[in-house]
Amino acid sequence: MKHTLSVLVENEPGALSRITGLFSGRGFNIESLCVAPTMDHTMSHLTLVTTGDEFIIEQIIKQLNRLIDVYKVVDISEGEFVEREMALIKVKAEDETRAEVLRMCDIFRCKVVDVSPKTYTIEVTGPKSKLKAVIELLRPIGIKEITRTGTIAMQREKKSL
Amino acid sequence: MEKLPGKQMVVEALKREGVDVVFGFPGGAIIDVYDAMEKDGNIKHVLVRHEQGAAHAADGYARATGKVGVCIATSGPGATNTVTGIATAYMDSIPIVVFTGQVPTSLIGNDAFQEVDIVGITRPCTKHNYLVKDVKKLPRILKEAFYIARSGRPGPVLIDLPKDVQNQVAEFDYPDKIKLRSYNPVVEPHTRQIERAFKLIEKSKQPIIYVGGGVIISNAHKELRKLAESIYAPVTMTLMGLGAFPGTHEQSLGMLGMHGTYCANMTMANTDLIIAVGARFDDRVTGKIEAFAPNAKIIHIDIDPTSIQKNVKVDVPIVGDCKRALKKLVKVIEEDGRPKEVWQERFQPWWDQIRAWAKRHPLTYKKEPGVIKPQYVIEKLYELTKGKAIITTEVGQNQMWTAQFYKFDEPRTLLTSGGLGTMGYGFPAAIGAQMAFPDKLVVDVAGDGSIQMNIQEMATAMEQRLPVKIVILNNQFLGMVRQWQELFYDRRYAATEFTVTPDFVKLAEAYGAKGFRATKPEEVEETLKKGLEAEGLTIMEFAIAREEGVFPMVPAGKATTEMLLV
Ligand SMILES: Cc1cc2nc3c(=O)[nH]c(=O)nc-3n(C[C@H](O)[C@H](O)[C@H](O)COP(=O)(O)OP(=O)(O)OC[C@H]3O[C@@H](n4cnc5c(N)ncnc54)[C@H](O)[C@@H]3O)c2cc1C
Ligand SMILES: Cc1ncc(C[n+]2csc(CCOP(=O)(O)OP(=O)(O)O)c2C)c(N)n1
Ligand SMILES: [Mg+2]
Repeated sequence: MKHTLSVLVENEPGALSRITGLFSGRGFNIESLCVAPTMDHTMSHLTLVTTGDEFIIEQIIKQLNRLIDVYKVVDISEGEFVEREMALIKVKAEDETRAEVLRMCDIFRCKVVDVSPKTYTIEVTGPKSKLKAVIELLRPIGIKEITRTGTIAMQREKKSL
Repeated sequence: MEKLPGKQMVVEALKREGVDVVFGFPGGAIIDVYDAMEKDGNIKHVLVRHEQGAAHAADGYARATGKVGVCIATSGPGATNTVTGIATAYMDSIPIVVFTGQVPTSLIGNDAFQEVDIVGITRPCTKHNYLVKDVKKLPRILKEAFYIARSGRPGPVLIDLPKDVQNQVAEFDYPDKIKLRSYNPVVEPHTRQIERAFKLIEKSKQPIIYVGGGVIISNAHKELRKLAESIYAPVTMTLMGLGAFPGTHEQSLGMLGMHGTYCANMTMANTDLIIAVGARFDDRVTGKIEAFAPNAKIIHIDIDPTSIQKNVKVDVPIVGDCKRALKKLVKVIEEDGRPKEVWQERFQPWWDQIRAWAKRHPLTYKKEPGVIKPQYVIEKLYELTKGKAIITTEVGQNQMWTAQFYKFDEPRTLLTSGGLGTMGYGFPAAIGAQMAFPDKLVVDVAGDGSIQMNIQEMATAMEQRLPVKIVILNNQFLGMVRQWQELFYDRRYAATEFTVTPDFVKLAEAYGAKGFRATKPEEVEETLKKGLEAEGLTIMEFAIAREEGVFPMVPAGKATTEMLLV
C-alpha cells in the first residue's frame, strides 16, 4: 500500500541524510521525496511517498519519530488529502505535431514555458494520475526529456456543517 | 557571561556533567582540548593504546555505573577507530559521549590531512551526532549531547570538533536544563494501559516475565522483583537482562534464547501471557518467529516505541520507563489485594510443568577426566568470587558459558556486547568498570581469539595500576564459529583454528603483569585463586577442551523448542 507521509523536521545540516539514511539502512522504500522550507525558517517540510504493509508503515513512522531532528510525522493518506506534482516535459514539436501538442496542452490545462524551433517545454501540474495521462499521450509524439518534482500533499480541512 | 574558547567549554561541560574520567588518545586535531584538560587538571584522563579501547572503556564505565561514559579521539584514523565501540554501545543502548577532533572548518571537504566525515560515518550508529561549525552553538550542543545520551532509550552521541572551533571564543552559556521541541521521550506510562495489562495478568494461567536490558538501564530491578514475587510468576532474562532479577532466585528460569535454558525456552513456548519488560524480542531470543510463543498474549513495556511491535504483534503496548510502569503495575496489583497465595495456587499447575522441564534438562555438561571443561572454570570462578564480581566477557563460547554458569544476582555485574557481539569488547570494558570501581573485583572472561583483539590495553591497565583479572578460556579456536562448522558445515574448520597463539603467561609478564596457567582440571581452582588474589593485573589461562560446545543451542532459523542438548 502506498502512503504519503508529511514530516516536519528541524532545519539542521544533516537532517535530510538522517532520513534518507534511515530508509536505506533499514530497507524501507522511498518512492518520492520532496523537501522545502516552511513559514517557520527553523523547520523544513518533507513529503515522502513510501510503500509497505501496515507493520512496515508503523515502523517507518516510529523510526522517523525516533530521529532527534524530526518534529512531527503525519500519515496524511490515512484521511482525505490533496496531492500535486509538477512535471516539465520537453516534447518534439515540428510541423504538423506543433499544433497537436498545443491542443493537448489546452485540454489538460498545461502551460508552454519554453519554445524552440523543434520543441515545446510544457509544465503540467496535478495529481499523479494526470501527469501519467499527459506523459502517455505525449510519448508517441516524442518526449525528449522529463523532470518531475515528486509529490507534495496536504490534508483536507474537515468540511463540517 | 563568561567568555571561553571552545576547548575550555568542553572541559567545563565535562565537569558540570559530573564526568570524572575520560578515555582517549590524542592527535593534532584534538590537541587543543587535551591542552585545556591538562591546564584545568580536574578530569582524570586514561590514555588507551587504541581508540577502540577508549570507546569500549567509556561503555564499560557507563554500564557499570549507569552514568554517561566519555571518550576522546583525534580526527581521521582516531575517529574511525572509535566506530566499532560506538556501534557496540548503540546496539546495547549505552550512554556514551564521543569527542572527535576535526580539521579546521575552512578545510572540511577538501580531503585535508586526516580528514574523515565521521558524522556521516557514525550517523547510523549514534543516537545523534553533531559537527560543530559555530562555537556559539557549542554550549548548547554539549548540554544536548549528554541529555540525549542518557535520556529515553540511551545511546552514543558524537561531537565532532573542528580545530578552529576549539580555539574560537564565545559566551559560555551552559543551560542547567534543556528542552528539545523535537525530542520528548515518553517516560510516564498510560495508566489505562497498565490497567489493561492487569486484566490480562488476571486472566492468565501460564504467564512468564521476560526481562531485558531495559530493566538494568532504568534501575528497575527492585520493582521487577516486587512484581514477580507478588504474582509468583516465572522470570526469564535475555543476555542483556542477566542480573536484573537474581539468577539464584527460585523464580528465575535463567536466560532464554539461542543458548538459553531448556526450561526457559519451553516455558516461553507454552506461555499464555508474556510480560515483556525492557526487552526487544531479538532474533536470538525468538528463533523462528512464526513458531514463537504461539498461544501467548503479549504485554510489552518499553521506552522506545520502535521496539514495540517490531518483531511480534503486541496486545498491550506500554510506552514508558519500565521503572515507572512496574511501579504502577505493582500498585494496581496491591490495590487488587489478592494475597500472594491466591496467585501461587492459580499458577501451581504451571509451576509443576515448569519444574518438570527444569528437571528434565538442567544446564549441564559432561565431565571428562584429564581435560578442563570451560563450564567448570566458570563454576569455580563463581564460587571463588561468591558471585560478587563485575564480570565482563568477550564474544563467543566464553560469553555464553559465562551467561549460563555464572549466576548474576545484581544488575550491572555482567557487561557484555550483546547486540553487536564485538570481540575485543570485554577487556577494555573491564578497564572502564575498574576505573569506576577501584575496589571491586573486575574479571574479563575471554576467549583466546577475542582477547587478542584489544590485548594492547594491557599497557593501559598497567599504567593505571588497574587490578583487572583476565580469565582466558583457551581452546585455540574461534570456538563459536568452529561449533557452527562442526554442527552445520560437516566439520570443515575453515579459518577457525589457531596454529599460533602467544604464550599468555609470558605475554602478561612482558607487560609487567602476572600470568598463571592451568592445563589439568585439578589445577583450575588453584590457578584461579592465585590469579584472583595476586596484586594487580593478571592473566589466568585455561587450556580447555578444544572442541567443547555450548548447549542447549537453538540452530539459527529454528523454533526455540528445537534445541540441541548436551
Ligand atoms: C554469541 C552471542 C549469542 C547470544 N545468544 C543469546 C541468547 O541465547 N539469548 C539472549 O537473550 N541473547 C543472546 N545474545 C544477545 C542478543 O544478540 C541481544 O543482544 C539480546 O537478546 C537483546 O537483549 P534485550 O532484548 O534485553 O535488549 P537490549 O538490547 O538490552 O534492549 C533494551 C530494550 O529496553 C528498552 N529500554 C531502554 N531503556 C529503557 C527504560 N528506561 N525503560 C523501558 N525500556 C527501556 C530499549 O528501548 C530496548 O528495547 C547473544 C549475543 C551473542 C553475541
Ligand atoms: C570483531 C568480530 N569479528 C568476528 C566475529 C565473529 N565471531 C563470533 S564468535 C567468534 C569466535 C571467538 O573466538 P574466541 O574469542 O576464541 O572465543 P570462543 O568462542 O573460542 O570462546 C567469532 C570469530 C565477532 N563476533 N566479532
Ligand atoms: Mg577460542
